[in-house]
Amino acid sequence: MDRLRTPLHDVHRQLGARLIDFGGWDMPVQYTAGTIKEHRAVREAVGLFDVSHMGEAYLRGDAARRVVDTLCTNNVAGAPNGKAVYTLLCRPTGGVVDDCIFYKRTDDEFFVIVNASNTAKDLAWLRTHAGGACNVEDVSEATALIAVQGPKAVAMVDTLSDTRVAQLPSFAFTEAAVGGVTCLVARTGYTGEDGFELACPAHLAVQLWDALLGAALPLGGLPIGLSARNTLRLESKLPLYGNDLDDDHTPLEAGLGWAVKLDNREFLGSDALRVQKAAGLQRQLVGFTIPAELRAVARHGYPVVDRTPGAEHAVIGTVTSGGPGISVSGAVGLAYVPPTFAKAGTVLTIDCRGKDVPATVVSGKFYKRPQ
Amino acid sequence: MTYPTDLRYTSDHEWLRAQGTSWRVGITQFAVDQLGDITLVDLPKEGDLVTKGQRFGTIESVKSVSDLYAPVSGKVVAVNAALKNTPEQVNTAPYAGGWMIDLEPTEASEIEELLTPDAYIKHVAAQ
Repeated sequence: MDRLRTPLHDVHRQLGARLIDFGGWDMPVQYTAGTIKEHRAVREAVGLFDVSHMGEAYLRGDAARRVVDTLCTNNVAGAPNGKAVYTLLCRPTGGVVDDCIFYKRTDDEFFVIVNASNTAKDLAWLRTHAGGACNVEDVSEATALIAVQGPKAVAMVDTLSDTRVAQLPSFAFTEAAVGGVTCLVARTGYTGEDGFELACPAHLAVQLWDALLGAALPLGGLPIGLSARNTLRLESKLPLYGNDLDDDHTPLEAGLGWAVKLDNREFLGSDALRVQKAAGLQRQLVGFTIPAELRAVARHGYPVVDRTPGAEHAVIGTVTSGGPGISVSGAVGLAYVPPTFAKAGTVLTIDCRGKDVPATVVSGKFYKRPQ
Repeated sequence: MTYPTDLRYTSDHEWLRAQGTSWRVGITQFAVDQLGDITLVDLPKEGDLVTKGQRFGTIESVKSVSDLYAPVSGKVVAVNAALKNTPEQVNTAPYAGGWMIDLEPTEASEIEELLTPDAYIKHVAAQ
């Protein structure tokens, strides 16, 4: 079967991108600069990401607010108009259907952006639980999405806009024409840097991309592939659905309790999450670092082991994401471990392809951007 | 992509260059392009013996880890120590500064079995 293409597919080829199959999409994993240079461009200047493979939908109607409130762990429904909210969609078990951002336009109109690999599942989930009470319109194909991230991103997009988008607070959005293309401009991202995500009609994606790239290149900016997108999000400890989040782990276990608002609310999964919160967690997602001098990298799927003689279990957890640090030294990663191993400073043992490697649990982001 | 004609190759995307009694070993441009930015190269020690088809080292790139397999059996007579601090040389100069080890083969027939440049190019085209 032919891979799916975003509206920017030809642009990526012209830029010399290496394209790979990413969940059925033919996507740029890196451009000619390579992952490390792309990663640094985002940390030091600005990077452009084609994330048009992600899914988008509108929920509209009198019942939209109520439907959204039933589905989201976070208080999306009660947010002010013009606010974007990160939330989880949970199963009744508390397992995560997806993590996504809802954009509240009004009480009867919400926009949502979901993970590409989950688009079909999420749309079905939204429709099932909307039950006809509100209209769920899938606009994934008609919508292109470009992320502009990095310390120079905000001023750059502001210069290209007809609206002073630099004044948008974090997690706010507005409509603006950027490079002559009307977009939904949101002060959000997935890199740990400041910046925007711009949603525009698919047929205008090339015009928007060209305007952005034309402004970015003289600033030291680059187009960024999925490989650097992953290293950037990992250094900022942002979870990736399918690795760090899935149907079998709850947001509380994933350390996303801040996006779970249980007080005086009932939503899908709220009962299970209340029970789990009261009973205490059996496992927690932690960040770990491996010092550079150990010359080791722990990757997705590597077991976390307990070599204490007489230990109850030899394998106590699993690495869900991991790789070399680029803006931080050594290697970094995320792993699910029992709470007794989750305290900052705890030294974990990770079986890296037959070699035991010590890794230290750290709290907070691996990379913090200079203020 | 470039595949020098004075080299021999393996189907695992390694190259070998004759230099006196030893053979220099590295990985090809095709392998480098597949791996992306290389961050760590772990190599054996000088004097180690390696067996054809067995793991002799490891390459970590940003996105994956791969084993290096001995193209022929033999003794490691030199190791590119520079890769410890500058693994990116494998990306920038896979056939020069990015070399990995020098091997003194113990079985001459194994050298004969290596792919010619033409055979390797056909192998890559079929990937």
